[in-house]
Amino acid sequence: MVKTLTCVACPIGCTLSAQIETGEVVSVSGNTCKRGEAYAKTECIAPVRSLTTTVRVNGGAYPLVSVKSAAPLPKEKLLDCMALINQTQIDAPVTMGEIIIPDILGTGVDIIATNRLAKGAT
Amino acid sequence: MLQYDLAVIGGGPAGMAAALRARECGVAHIVILERAERLGGILEQCIHTGFGLHYFKEELSGPEYAQRFIDQVEQSDIEVMTDTMVIHLSTNNVVTAVSKSAGLVEINATAVILAMGCRERPRGALNIAGTRPAGVMTAGTAQRYVNIDGYLPGHEVVILGSGDIGLIMARRMTLEGAHVKMVCELQPYSSGLTRNIVQCLEDFDIPLRLSCTVVKVHGQERLTGVTVAQVDQNRRPIPGTEEFVACDTLLLSVGLIPENELSRNVGIKMDPVTRGPVVDESRETSQEGVFACGNVLQVHDLVDYVTKESQTAGEGAARYILNQKDYNTAYVRTKGINGVRYVVPQKVNLNAGRDVKLYFRVGDVYRDATIRVTCDGQALYTRKKGKLTPGEMENVTIRSDVLGGLREKSEILIQIEG
Amino acid sequence: MVYDVVVIGAGVTGALIARELSRYDLKVALLEKNNDAATETSKANSAIVHAGYDAKEGTLKARLNVHGAKMMGSLCEDLSVPYRNIGSLVLAFNEEEMETLHTLLERGQKNGVPKLEIISQERLHEMEPNVSKRARGALWAPTASIVCPYELTIAAVENAVVNGVEFFRNCEVERIVSQKDSFSIGTPQGTFSASYIVNAAGVHADEVAEMIGDRSFRITPRRGEYLVMDKNMGSLVSHVIFQCPTKMGKGVLVSPTVDGNLLAGPNAVDVEDKYDTSTTVKGLQDVQEYVRYSIPTMKMNDVITSFAGLRAHGDQGDFIIGPSEYNSRFIHVAGIESPGLTASPATAEFVVEILKKQGLALQERPEFTPVRKGPVRFHQLTRTQQRELIAKDPAYGHIVCRCETVTEGEIRDAIRAPAGARDVDGVKRRTRAGMGRCQGGFCGAKVVEILSRELGVPENEITKFGGKSNVVYEKTK
Repeated sequence: MVKTLTCVACPIGCTLSAQIETGEVVSVSGNTCKRGEAYAKTECIAPVRSLTTTVRVNGGAYPLVSVKSAAPLPKEKLLDCMALINQTQIDAPVTMGEIIIPDILGTGVDIIATNRLAKGAT
Repeated sequence: MLQYDLAVIGGGPAGMAAALRARECGVAHIVILERAERLGGILEQCIHTGFGLHYFKEELSGPEYAQRFIDQVEQSDIEVMTDTMVIHLSTNNVVTAVSKSAGLVEINATAVILAMGCRERPRGALNIAGTRPAGVMTAGTAQRYVNIDGYLPGHEVVILGSGDIGLIMARRMTLEGAHVKMVCELQPYSSGLTRNIVQCLEDFDIPLRLSCTVVKVHGQERLTGVTVAQVDQNRRPIPGTEEFVACDTLLLSVGLIPENELSRNVGIKMDPVTRGPVVDESRETSQEGVFACGNVLQVHDLVDYVTKESQTAGEGAARYILNQKDYNTAYVRTKGINGVRYVVPQKVNLNAGRDVKLYFRVGDVYRDATIRVTCDGQALYTRKKGKLTPGEMENVTIRSDVLGGLREKSEILIQIEG
Repeated sequence: MVYDVVVIGAGVTGALIARELSRYDLKVALLEKNNDAATETSKANSAIVHAGYDAKEGTLKARLNVHGAKMMGSLCEDLSVPYRNIGSLVLAFNEEEMETLHTLLERGQKNGVPKLEIISQERLHEMEPNVSKRARGALWAPTASIVCPYELTIAAVENAVVNGVEFFRNCEVERIVSQKDSFSIGTPQGTFSASYIVNAAGVHADEVAEMIGDRSFRITPRRGEYLVMDKNMGSLVSHVIFQCPTKMGKGVLVSPTVDGNLLAGPNAVDVEDKYDTSTTVKGLQDVQEYVRYSIPTMKMNDVITSFAGLRAHGDQGDFIIGPSEYNSRFIHVAGIESPGLTASPATAEFVVEILKKQGLALQERPEFTPVRKGPVRFHQLTRTQQRELIAKDPAYGHIVCRCETVTEGEIRDAIRAPAGARDVDGVKRRTRAGMGRCQGGFCGAKVVEILSRELGVPENEITKFGGKSNVVYEKTK
């Protein structure tokens, strides 16, 4: 079976063809870099996505701080991760790169702050 | 009156990169004037990743990309005035600004860099018929409500415009619990990046309707729905294709306009296509000592290019301030024809002695086309390209030795063939 | 709540009547069904003080127009409302239209309009170089002016409130019971008792009249659509430019506004729904065509917004002003279409005379103050004044609306003013924040934040214009 997909590894967006045999990607074509090949392999077997969102901060100069998953998360877990992140509240100050939620939902991936936030009145 | 060598108007990615490069080049007294309470500009609300792949070879979020420059500015002796709005620029480079803390200040600057960014096209500019209810806003305004203030602007959402901001907001609203019913795009193609169509729409089963627009807005107090319709090749709605879509929110992502009130008021010459100033290869405008870079000069799709362009402007300002500017000038104009909408810079000094990158955009989608650059009938450059789209800025480099051989007052033409 | 007079409707007419009544020792209430004054016809019209040659001689329209036009300048000065006497030109493109100009000239002279004259093609193009070269002459009316209609209304309400009038928002009149010497007026905010009622309910005046059984007139909402152009087009013309009220439709004009934009419109379409202020593709195209006929060089890229307003078109051919035949203490001020804005100062005086005739005792209050100190307009101040102002109050050093240079201090003042702003549109009409070329894209969220702080309610309770027009929904987390 050949699966056609668009690579999201970088903004170029190559069209990839992945040859799948017995649940495994045996070859990839259409990619212009190594990341494309890797993308096709995971996308066909266990797709992952980076997650970016915000977390509520108490006592900060702003009410929210932006966060991201330190590595891509299983695609099907994105909304569950969002639910957990939306229940999380932290206290100011926040430093960039600070781990906000370690190992979210047992994925082995941390949710980390992508901005800094000083204490302040909100 | 305060005295500075360089006043940079705007503390977003453009202003910071320009100021930092000017400092590196030896300019001593630099001030950045930023209207918001912190540096970073619009990147602070662009919390998604995708920034920095070209410049840092890393994928960063907007705040992370900004922070790398904020850190450098903070470590430098560049002065920063936040919460400070520039209200006037004079013909002799006096900048008037106001702020809560410093009051009304006047800055006499040897050089000025314009880095005010751009704004979103509002509904009025589209002339969409119908009522004026709450719930119609630009995608950027919604982005601020969601990412900075923490409020959801609506529950049932239609997005008009499939540029990257529209696509990013489709995903963002979905992740925060809204239902995005569709993204409508007037053109037969999306101007957004393919990866965003995959990650922001397809991942969440959000339909993308091409050649489709919103023709009417419904609802008295809150938006109750929109009428969408297919459009023909001339982008005119096709009668009979109207469809009512119930929704409480319409996000508009229908273009960005460089914010050039200061430039226009002082009489700086503008390019009607880019809606930014006309500049030379140093990004110097028609007013001596005033430079422009970033989205105030031309709307970019990648911040990485904003950074590079701003460094060029920073270098140009430094040469001007340090009296290293080459006054032995002989200009050629640049011009886009046959599918090329505009070229920046609009003029190039043949005696610049540096390679010059020309940035341009096409007006339509081209496949397997050739970019051809000529001057006086002589071919300067050709390159084949698999795909050219209006959403992606292209560039060609003209080497300094090639430039040096051109005739003054001639025209460098960039065109698309095939 | 017992009042001598209840005025229904805080449009320009109702507001000026309430203000006129505040000169006297009376208990007056001004009831408005919306969240603010000037939210319907008074916010969406041509903003012109007409010279007075349109209306047929002998009509109320003619008399109140000419009288109102004379009063408007000093009234605007008293109330610190933007007003500019720029004059108007009616263009004629052929012989027939030149004839029409003569008819208008004669009518104007009979109505008592001063200084009217018909000018040559040459002089027209000298005065207005961008007007179509095909225009052959024009009627020049130097007394015509432009005014900001919603600022006038808001200022009148503010001044009325300072002089003791009670202003009630979100106070739609639902029923009126006539008693022997008074009325009982039911609203969502309780029952008001009044000896006299002034019905200045605009497009809804016939419905209010029906509440006392008076079906003597009907109001048809006549919709007009307008385009607003960027300030960079504001100097394209320097007078109000009309076309002849024949060929190209009636009353389409191009005019500078007091804020320096350019306004074009309106078309005229009778609609059924009294809330139908929607714009249409056809209507806006028609307006563009009319405009290009007068000003061929007009570029439509510079449209920053469009809007529609409803004129309260009566079925009597004239303003309907006077006591109801059903109850002489119920005064109609209805069918106030063009030149209603121009007439409004004269109408207010006229209505008070009528009330007096119907037995309302008018005793002047010596403490009445006709002058309203205008709000701070930061961008109109000199640099020195700006510097001093920020030094005194740093809130004026924070510019919230970039396009129109509106400061946080001005927005705060607009909210704290008597009968002040309660919503985003209220702030916009009082300060111009959000009225510029970005249309609130940048400052909208900031205005919501300031309203939230000043009114002491969360941001998601702030509305665009009252009711359920909330700007944002719940917190995301």
